[in-house]
Formats: sequence, C-alpha cells, structure tokens
Amino acid sequence: MKVDRRSFLGLGLGAVAGIAVSPVGLKLTDDSSIWTQNWPWTPVPVDGEVTYESSVCSLCPGSCGISVRKIDERPVKIEGLADYPVNDGGVCLHGIAGLQYLYDPARIKSPLKKNGDRFEEISWDDAIAIVADKLADIRKKGLPEKLACITDKEQGSVSELFKRLLKTFGSPNFYTMPSLESYLDVTAAAMHGEGKTIAFDLENSDFILSFGAGIIEGWGSPVSCFKANASRKERHAKLYQIESRLSNTAANADKWIPIKPGTQADLALGLCAVILKNNLFDSNATVNFKGGFNKLAATLQKEYAPSKIADITGIKASDIEKMAVLFAKAKMPLAVFGQGRGDGAQSLKELAAVHTLNCLVGNINKKGGAFVLPKNDYLKFPDESMDGISKTGFAKAKTGRYVNQLIEKVNASSQPAVEALFVYNANPCYSLHDSKSVKQAFGKIPFVVSFSSFLDETAKEADIILPSHTFLERLEDVPSGSGLAKSVVGLTKPVIEPVFNTKNPGDAVILIAKALEGSIAQNFEWETYEDCLENITSGIWDSLSEDGHVVISEGPGESTAVNVSFLSKNPASIQAQGDYELTLIPIDNMRLINAGMAASPFAIKTVSDTVLTGSDIVIEMNPLTAKGLKDKEFATLTTPMGKTRVMINLNEGMMPGVIGMVEGLGHTFNTKNMSNKYVSGKGVNVNDLIGPVIESGSGLDAAFGIKAKISKA
Amino acid sequence: MSETENKTENGSMESAGECTAGDTKDDKGLGLGVIFFIVAFVVCFLSGTLLFPKLLYSKKKQPFNFDHALHVSEAGDCESCHSLREDGSFSGIPKLATCLDCHAEDPMGETEDEAIFVEEYVSKEKEIPWYVYSRQPDCVFFSHAAHTEANGMDCVTCHGHIGESTSLKPYEENRITGYSRDIWGKNIFGIKKHSWDRMKMDDCAACHKKETGHQGYCFQCHK
Repeated sequence: MKVDRRSFLGLGLGAVAGIAVSPVGLKLTDDSSIWTQNWPWTPVPVDGEVTYESSVCSLCPGSCGISVRKIDERPVKIEGLADYPVNDGGVCLHGIAGLQYLYDPARIKSPLKKNGDRFEEISWDDAIAIVADKLADIRKKGLPEKLACITDKEQGSVSELFKRLLKTFGSPNFYTMPSLESYLDVTAAAMHGEGKTIAFDLENSDFILSFGAGIIEGWGSPVSCFKANASRKERHAKLYQIESRLSNTAANADKWIPIKPGTQADLALGLCAVILKNNLFDSNATVNFKGGFNKLAATLQKEYAPSKIADITGIKASDIEKMAVLFAKAKMPLAVFGQGRGDGAQSLKELAAVHTLNCLVGNINKKGGAFVLPKNDYLKFPDESMDGISKTGFAKAKTGRYVNQLIEKVNASSQPAVEALFVYNANPCYSLHDSKSVKQAFGKIPFVVSFSSFLDETAKEADIILPSHTFLERLEDVPSGSGLAKSVVGLTKPVIEPVFNTKNPGDAVILIAKALEGSIAQNFEWETYEDCLENITSGIWDSLSEDGHVVISEGPGESTAVNVSFLSKNPASIQAQGDYELTLIPIDNMRLINAGMAASPFAIKTVSDTVLTGSDIVIEMNPLTAKGLKDKEFATLTTPMGKTRVMINLNEGMMPGVIGMVEGLGHTFNTKNMSNKYVSGKGVNVNDLIGPVIESGSGLDAAFGIKAKISKA
Repeated sequence: MSETENKTENGSMESAGECTAGDTKDDKGLGLGVIFFIVAFVVCFLSGTLLFPKLLYSKKKQPFNFDHALHVSEAGDCESCHSLREDGSFSGIPKLATCLDCHAEDPMGETEDEAIFVEEYVSKEKEIPWYVYSRQPDCVFFSHAAHTEANGMDCVTCHGHIGESTSLKPYEENRITGYSRDIWGKNIFGIKKHSWDRMKMDDCAACHKKETGHQGYCFQCHK
C-alpha cells in the first residue's frame, strides 16, 4: 500500500466534508454576522430607568425651562419644559447640546494654582486658604477697594453674594460684562430713573421696528423671541428690520431696510423728527416728558430732517417719512434696540433714540409696547454689618464706571490699580474689544481668581481657579431678564452629581468669606449656599422649590416719566476707529455663542461653511466691494488693531462697503495640560480686531465696528 | 497516438498483464483514499462538534453564587425582584438598591457568597457585575410587558426553570460576539427540546407564527 496523491485527496475531502457536516460553518456565519452588526468598539448606552427632571437652563440670559431625560442617574437628553412661562416647551440648539458641557475636554477638574506657565491641582482647602490669605493682606494694607469683581450680570443670588463679599470687604468695584440686560438698565436709568428696567412685549405688538435686533439670532430670550416671531403671521403683525446685513431676521421680516453701520441712532432721531413735525405723537404721553422736551424737538427739527438723515444713513428720505408714519399710526407699535444679540457694543445715544420712539408714540407700559418695570427684588439679604475698613473702602469711588474703564485704568497706572480680581461667569479676555490689551491688564493685576468651569481665555490668565459646577450640577436662582415682558424667577437644580471636583460658586464665596473671619464672616453665616438661597428667597422659596419657578410680575408697569436730557444735548454719533475705506462689523449667528462661553461641539458642527470652512473664518462682503477678490478666495483683513487671514464669501445681502465677521469663533482653549479640539483653534475672534470706542457722556464702549481694508493674501 | 493504442497494436500480452496489475494498484490507492477520507471526516466532524464549542466559548464565573430557589421562597415570585417599571419597561437584573430592600449592612446567613456580597458590594456601594445569560444584542427591542402582562406568558417559557436553581451555572461567553451561549442554546447544532433552550430570532418568529399567525416584521424588534 502506497500513500499517493489520491490518499491526500481523500484526506482533504474528508476534512472538508467533516467540517461541512459539523455545526462550525453555520455557527461561525451566525456569530460573525452578530459581531459585524454589534462591533464591540461601538459604545452601547447602558439601559436603566427613564426619569425626567425639570430645571432651568442658564447657558444664556434667556432662562428657559428644561426637562432633562435621565437613564438611572445619567442625564441623556435635554428637552424644553412644556408650560414654562418663558419658553413653553421650546428649546434652542445650545440648550439641547448642554450635556456636552458636562464632559467638555476643557473643563477644570479640580482647583488649580498657577505655577510659572502651568497649572497645578490643589485641594479646595488650600485654594480657599490661599485666596483668603491674599485678601487679608490687601485689607491689612488698608486697600480693600483694590479688590474688584467681574461677573456676567447684576441679578441673581450668586452675583449678589459676590457683591456682598466685596461690600463687606470694603470695595465698590463690582462690574458686570456688557449685556442686553445692562443696556436695558442703562437706558431705563437714563430715561426713567434708577432701579428700573425695560421689557418689550414682542408677542403682542403689531408693528415691530427692529434696529438690528436679531429677533431670531439669539436676541433677548431666544426661544421666547422665536415663538413671538413665529406667531407674527397669524397676528398680522409687521416686522421692519433695519440693519446693514440681510440677516435671518431681516430675511424673515416684512421689510429689510439696509442702513450704513453706526447710523441707527440718527435714523431713530430722524423718525422722531418726522413724528413730531407731522403731529403724529401721542400728546397724552408727551406730558410725561422731562428734561428738555422742547429743546429736543427743536434739535430734531434742525439737525435730523429726513433729507439730512438720508445722507447719513443711506435710506431715502421718502422711505424715512413713510416708515415714521407707519410706525406712529400702528395700533401697538414697538421700536426695539440692541443690535444682533444685543450684548455687543452699543451707544446710549442709539439706545435712547430708539426708546424715545416708543415714548413718543405712547406705547410705554401698554399691551404690545415697551414696559418700564422695577428691577427684580425678590432676594432679601440681611443688612450688612461693616467694620471701619469696609465702610471707608466701600465709600470710595469706583476705579472705572464700566468694565472697559477698569481695564483702561489698570493698563494706564504704574502701581497696581487693582490688587485682586474675581471673575465669575465672564470671559473678558475673549469678549471685550481689543482682547490683547485686556489680557495685558490681567497680567498687571497681581492676583486673579477665576470661578470658571472651563479653562477659557480668562481662566488661563488667573492665578487661582476655583472651578464652578456647570448649570446641570448646581442649584441657583435664575431671574429672567433680556427684555422679556414678564418677570420670572426659575430654579436651576442639579440633575447629576458633580462630574469633577467642583463647587457651587455660591459655596465658594461663602467659604472665602468665612475664611476671612471677623465682620466679613459674620455676613455669611449660612452653612451652605443652599441654606443661603432658601433664607434669602424665603417669601417665594416654597413655590420656587416646588414648581421650579415663580412669576413675579406679568404685563405692563405703571406710568412713568420720560427724561430726554441726554438726547436733548444732541450727543455726537459714534465714528468707527481708523482711516480705512471699509467697515468691519461683527455678525451674530444663532449657532454660535458670542458671550464668554464657547459653543458646544455639537453647535459648532452645525455652522455652515459660509461662516467657517475647516478652521478658516469666512467673512461676508458685497461683490461690489470685492474689487478683484473672488468667492472662496483667501485674503488678508487689516484693521487698526491687527490683521488676519480670512476666506471671502461674496454675498449681496451685505451692504457695499461693509465686511461682516461672525462672533463666537477663535477660542483658544488649548494649553499644555488640556485641549478642546472641537471648539478651539477655529476661525478668529472678531474682538481681537475691533478696539473700544468710548461714548462720551455715557462711558459705554460703543464700537459698532472698525474701519478695515482687505487685500489679496 | 496514445500509449494504450500503441500497446494494443503490438498485441503484447505483457503489456495487457501490466495493465491489469496497474488496475489493481489503483484500487488499493482508492481504498486508502477512502480510509483517509473517513478518518479525516470523522476527526473533523468530531472536532467541529465537540472541540469547537470549547474553543468558541470562554467560561466565566459569576461574582458570587446566587440561590434563586431560596430567594423565590423568601421573596415570592420572579417579579419581586425582576419587576416592570411604571412606564412598562423591564428593570432586568435588580440593582443593589433592590437587594438592600431586604438585605441589610450585616450579612443574612453565613454563606461565603453572602460575605462576598456584603464586603465587596454592599459596603463599597458597588453594583454587582452579573453576567446576564439572556442578554440580547443592542439592536433588538424587546418588551417584557407586551409578553407577560398583555399576553400572560410565563417567565419559564423563555427563561426556563432558573427560578428553581440553587446555584448559578458558569457563564459561557461567545469569544466572537461577546454574548452568552444560552442565546444559541447549549446544543451546538441548535437543536432544542424545550421552548427555553434557545433565544434566537427564529425562535421569536416561530412562536409569533404559532400564536399570532404571522412571524412579525423586521421593524417590530429592529427599530
């Protein structure tokens, strides 16, 4: 017997047949199909019990009610809360993506101390001790007024706690970042007296004359504005949009009126002039006018005649007259200020001029008009007890009127104008104009404490970071503001245990105060921030904690006097800085956030490539201005502040002579320790290219833009 | 011209004899081939049937033993622990919190398993990482409530008599898919004697066909 080729053939066939008859083939086919349909590296969400928790979103001043869907203890989705008085079930894209902030790669995971150019993790006890020691030194030197604080807003218990700490420490230097709320307060203070604010009844007005307010670009309380705009057609209400660019709001309006940038105030006063000249004003309302109404009327007739205004604004005189008549004759007219989101630079001249239109047609505190309301005062803090040092320090003048002047003073003085600075919920090194000089000022302040949740541009400049919980991890009262026609206080509640070693900023302030001992500690005798909140909201706490919100007031306020003394002096209009031919203006885009916070990775992904292509920012300009530059071509944009590489988007919706650059890009979250590649290093920060222009009289930074030139890259 | 034709023309007997001898040799080769075939067939078939499952599945021990029978006698029926939530979804393997409804910080009984339970999980507030015999791929939607509540099916129909067991069998994990052997069934040929022997899609379809007259549509489970 010889083993030959056939034997091997038999062996092979036998093996094949044996395997074929065995279950191997069938089983492996089945298993591999299951494997390929459930790749082991694809994350599978853990199953669990579904629950919903209601809270309030505090990503922007909109203060929408949210419902957070949870699987066991893990929040998995944010939805709008039905029947909430602000947003009634609606929610914006930043709100639904809010969960991404919990796990943001730029989140600060524990208190940090700067050592050279690096941050070191330290314990909370050490961090609070370092801050308290430093502050005690400043107080010992008898310079308590050299402690300053910058927050995002005036209202709310956390801001109030910072204010209280400063006051009992002995410093008047509490500042807020410019916001629509601050402009509403400034306008109300100038025209109706201190302690008041303005609200706009957009959902009832039948003729909205918007001076660039991005009603659907995130102005005011965004979701509430979306809803008011959506109901406009059913209500047969008209929207006239006056701005240099065909924004989404302008495209959605009944009429878009392109205007030369920075001339809105002149147009508003021109419209006032027409209304006065044609006796279209409400004589009952003008009885309330104080502070030189006749002088104003005379100035308007002399300086703001339609033919003159036509030259300044680029709008035909006949159109100006028509618009004024339409506005005055409408049943419930409403003029709205605050360009874009309303939190960019504004001049008091513009704010007051637009609001004077409301005052002239007599829609103040009437349905569908502008409401002049007292500021929220639902918080009842116990009276402060102050020692001699704090009394003397607190009585001193503020270093600067607004945050811009503070920065200017710090940069100008050779001795530290500010010894220590607290920054909470604000990112001045990103969102103030000429961010380079803001960073320079931060460099000159010996001790900066940031309460940021993220290692943003300002936190990077800090010496100590006491990281805060995000809005999903903390308890906080959230008063509505932003021009909403009703006053609502919501309660943000923790929906998840803190992901990192962070604290509620209210608790951090209380700990610092306690560590400072003496009369300061006496003013902060609460165990925790939660105790404090319950205590200071005692009148409304039960309904606030049970229902999640309290409606403080709804509808118009009482009749009020109108002071036009600022305008009757005929203040000069703001001119853009520089000598170049073109004007660069910032553009607000709903998909981005232009306050200090960066948009979430999800939101950034929704930005169109006419705004951001790869990592390159795209600017908008009219083909008539292009002068040989082509669409999608790279160019160099130069302003007196600096230059940058940009991509061109030729867009006939932009007025000739104007260049638009989106706000909210160009974040630099990357450091040696961490990076957030999803949002940082994309585009440029428009605030780097625009310098502040301070309006005389009001002290506001009113730089609506800056002169610029564009050349081939 | 071929060799055979040449030889026939020559009329050589020798060559004919050689030819016969050659045939005999061929037969022997074939015989050996058949033997090789049979041997290889048997070896491969047995390997595929007996050895293959041993290679395919890895045996894993549960964190500690669990006595279903004891718990059923103490706590009542299956639903005492494996309950439906208010929204109708199935809670599955109970969380530690459910265990603690009856168990306390101190061990109940003196078994080693109870000691592990208390020391490793209760005192550390850690969930017990049970291996789940009936876990199905994530791409399948299955409602327990629709089967047990709405149609009165018994747990045993799919899960067998696990409620009467006093110990947990080792968990056999499929090395390719990561799922339990119980889904395909213990029998590697996929032959089942009882309704709970397998939990494959065909088993769902067969039961649906029998009970409702239709095997169901893809999207009913693969949403």
